[in-house]
Amino acid sequence: MNVLIVGAGQVGESIAADLAPSHDVTVVDQRSDRTEELTYGYDVLTVTGDGTDIDVLEEAGIESAEMVIASTDDDETNIVVCSTAAALSEALTIARIKHTKYLETWERADRVFGVDYMVCTNLLTARSIGRVVGLPAAIDVDPFAGGRVQMAEFEISEQCPIVDQTVQEADRYDSLTFAAVIRDDEVIVPDGSTVITAGDRVVVIGSPESVHNFADGLDPDHGAGADEEVAIFGGSEIGYHVARLLSERGFGPRLIEQDPDRARELAEELPAAQIMESDATDMEFLEREHIDEADVVVAALESDEKNLLVSLLARRLGADRTIAVIDTPAYVDLFEAVGVDVAINPRVVVAEEITRLTQSDKTENVALIESDKAEVIEIEVDADSVLAGRPIQESIADLPAGVVIGAITRKTEFVTPRGDTEIQPGDHVVLFVGAAAIEETTAAL
Amino acid sequence: MHRLRVNWRVSLRLLGGVLKWLAVPLAIPLVVAVIDGDPLVPFLAPIAVTLAAGVGLEQLETEKNMYTREAYLMVSLSWLCVGLVGAIPFVLAGNGLLAAPSNAIFESMSGITTTGATIIDDFGAHSRSILLWRQVIQWLGGLGILVLAISILSQLSVGGAQLMETESQTQDVQKLTPKIAGTARLIWRLYAGITLLATGGLFALGVAGIAPGMDLFNAVSHAMTAVATAGFSPQPDSVGAFAPAAQWLLVPFMFIGATNFILLYFFVNGDWGRPLRNEEFRFYLALVVGASVLMTLLLLVDADVATGGLEETVRLATFQIVSLLTTTGFATVDFNTWSPAAKHLLFACMFLGGMAGSTTCSIKLLRWLIVLKAFRRDLFTTIHPEAITPVRLSGTAVDEATIRDIYAYTLLSLVIFALATLVVVIDSARVGLELSEFEAMSAAAATFFNIGPAFGIAGPFNSYSPFSTVTKAAMTLLMYVGRIEIIPVAVLFTRSFWQS
Repeated sequence: MNVLIVGAGQVGESIAADLAPSHDVTVVDQRSDRTEELTYGYDVLTVTGDGTDIDVLEEAGIESAEMVIASTDDDETNIVVCSTAAALSEALTIARIKHTKYLETWERADRVFGVDYMVCTNLLTARSIGRVVGLPAAIDVDPFAGGRVQMAEFEISEQCPIVDQTVQEADRYDSLTFAAVIRDDEVIVPDGSTVITAGDRVVVIGSPESVHNFADGLDPDHGAGADEEVAIFGGSEIGYHVARLLSERGFGPRLIEQDPDRARELAEELPAAQIMESDATDMEFLEREHIDEADVVVAALESDEKNLLVSLLARRLGADRTIAVIDTPAYVDLFEAVGVDVAINPRVVVAEEITRLTQSDKTENVALIESDKAEVIEIEVDADSVLAGRPIQESIADLPAGVVIGAITRKTEFVTPRGDTEIQPGDHVVLFVGAAAIEETTAAL
Repeated sequence: MHRLRVNWRVSLRLLGGVLKWLAVPLAIPLVVAVIDGDPLVPFLAPIAVTLAAGVGLEQLETEKNMYTREAYLMVSLSWLCVGLVGAIPFVLAGNGLLAAPSNAIFESMSGITTTGATIIDDFGAHSRSILLWRQVIQWLGGLGILVLAISILSQLSVGGAQLMETESQTQDVQKLTPKIAGTARLIWRLYAGITLLATGGLFALGVAGIAPGMDLFNAVSHAMTAVATAGFSPQPDSVGAFAPAAQWLLVPFMFIGATNFILLYFFVNGDWGRPLRNEEFRFYLALVVGASVLMTLLLLVDADVATGGLEETVRLATFQIVSLLTTTGFATVDFNTWSPAAKHLLFACMFLGGMAGSTTCSIKLLRWLIVLKAFRRDLFTTIHPEAITPVRLSGTAVDEATIRDIYAYTLLSLVIFALATLVVVIDSARVGLELSEFEAMSAAAATFFNIGPAFGIAGPFNSYSPFSTVTKAAMTLLMYVGRIEIIPVAVLFTRSFWQS
């Protein structure tokens, strides 16, 4: 497939890297340093120029493109690129959008602007924060098979009851599969005898209830659910959507915003949330409002540094868990190392979503583990797949090492995969795949 | 000399349109006078005056657009002029106490402002046509004469919404149609329809023999002043003259009259759940039911009142509560004889009023509800100073400026009430009229909040005639100012209104 990507920032680059092995990718960017870097780094064609300029687009081969991904940092530019592409070609267009207002227009006005898919950074980021909030100790949660399957990554602390247990002992939940243990940057596919140690991260796949029960088991002191106290710092669009999504789930979050006008606006739009107008670093305020008793603190302020500061402050006061929005990719690991429990990078979230949209029809849903160490993918099994019509213990032998079958859904039912489970054509299968095995696996399926 | 900044010609020309049309309602009692063989001059003369003045003022050459100042001037002048024209038939008929111009103006202003405080103590001395005129002006005043005017005056393109807002003091008039005249017309049609329904109901009771004495004249008269929450009655003992069935029938019509008409419009058009989704309506319903139950209990323990069985007690309690809370002012009993507790409950109801955007007067429940909610919010922010908690009404956040205005208005109303009481007490002492403090307070409240009957000498079956001319003039002013909610008149007395 001919894929044209406009915008070679972090998102564009990450998508290009994903698609280059199996597609013909052309990347357009205004900055020559970026296009140069891409030319040397990946097997892609690059064009330096303005993506809204028709000459540049023609040079990049817009007429023959089958998919156009507009992934610059500017919403309006992305919309113009897609509109132009829709006028010049038959390509499927995907626009990356920061602000929800365009998404609302697009959804309500019959998919306007010539955009086929609109991927909204702020909303997606808020959703992934929202998913993490519900599960104590979780650092990443992704839904599969229309929400019937959940993948979750947990950090195992010393207090966790499952520390020093084997996987067999820890896996007390019926429809749950231990897909991987990540120890010191290394992905281990566990068998029953693998012992879990403090500091590990574990990836589990299963029904949402079993994932919830597992999460509860990790932290028995805190019941999961709507009685969790959540404090959100920063009434940015992300902060707003997190508060809105949590309110819809029955939480009564507190949202702290410094600007009086914005605070008032938020208060009018979010009746179920308690809006407070204050500086996020005002110690007296934090103590008076008992931020120390919060179960989760979300930092969604305008700068990474402020988010770090607030997270550390909240942590020191005694908040249980901190989630920070981090724009700079290099900071993600750094921030998690100094004490932010979950660092969420909006660009990673959006790149994941766009990659999901570009997958061939068979693979429907993708989640990236630890940026690129592994993927969790969902496929619909067809008759000529190696999985079809055989028990798992037989078919798994034909797949490369590092593949775990995490969950199966048959029509609307959840099926727990065991060695003797026979997968049928039409089933949806959620697999955990190590980075090295990805290409081989997708080919075999 | 500073330049005048108000384009008073615009206000006067529009006033001309209102006065011209006033000839039409004046023709209604004229027809009755013809039938009854009463003198026609009391109506022909004001028709001539109002037509001449109206057409004359309309000749003023000026631009068409009207802004805030012109709207205020127009509102104040309209109510004043209609009140004055309305007094002409009483003076010309020359019967009883109403022959005195000050009494006639009091009666007319009490009519147009839907107060219902009357001078008449000798109902037999007046012709049916004069008594009907009292009812007609109340009906006109019910929904606001300017809402009516807007629906008629097509030349009013810009400024109509401004007028309606100025008159009803609601922050934003919810338009049902793109053109404000269309909205005004829909509301008036609804108003007329409800009145017709009430008339039909009352007349049917009369014809069926259930309510003897409820002839067409009485049916029309009481229907008009019930829906207008106004309270005049051609009967000396008000609604007490009719059978329980007629009394019961008037209760829902008074209640409907004090319900927001936009809400009624949606209800009539099939959106049945809309009133119950409205917080102010729920508050209104709860207050009416709660106060009626409380009053029933107070009457049950009062051996002098609870003599006719439970139905009568419930009816007495419900009717008087609804009548005073909606600022109607009908009575089925001389509640002067009730216990102090019962009388004070009625007195408290005078300060409430029905919903905003209805025919009701007084402070109105919208304001009380916001005052209560804002106070509760302020208690919360005392503990959490950084919390931003908008006051919400039916889910919508209320502007802080509006809340401030409402606090100010409520306080101002109570201050004016207190000052008015003082005037009544001092002036009565001057002329040697024996008056208790409670009677003075209730008379001040009953006129300023446009209720009608008070307690004691101005009780439901008595009249305001014993008060001195000065007191009556002051009360006339109170009714006028109270009906158009103070501000439109008050701004006229500021320097900045007239100059830039």
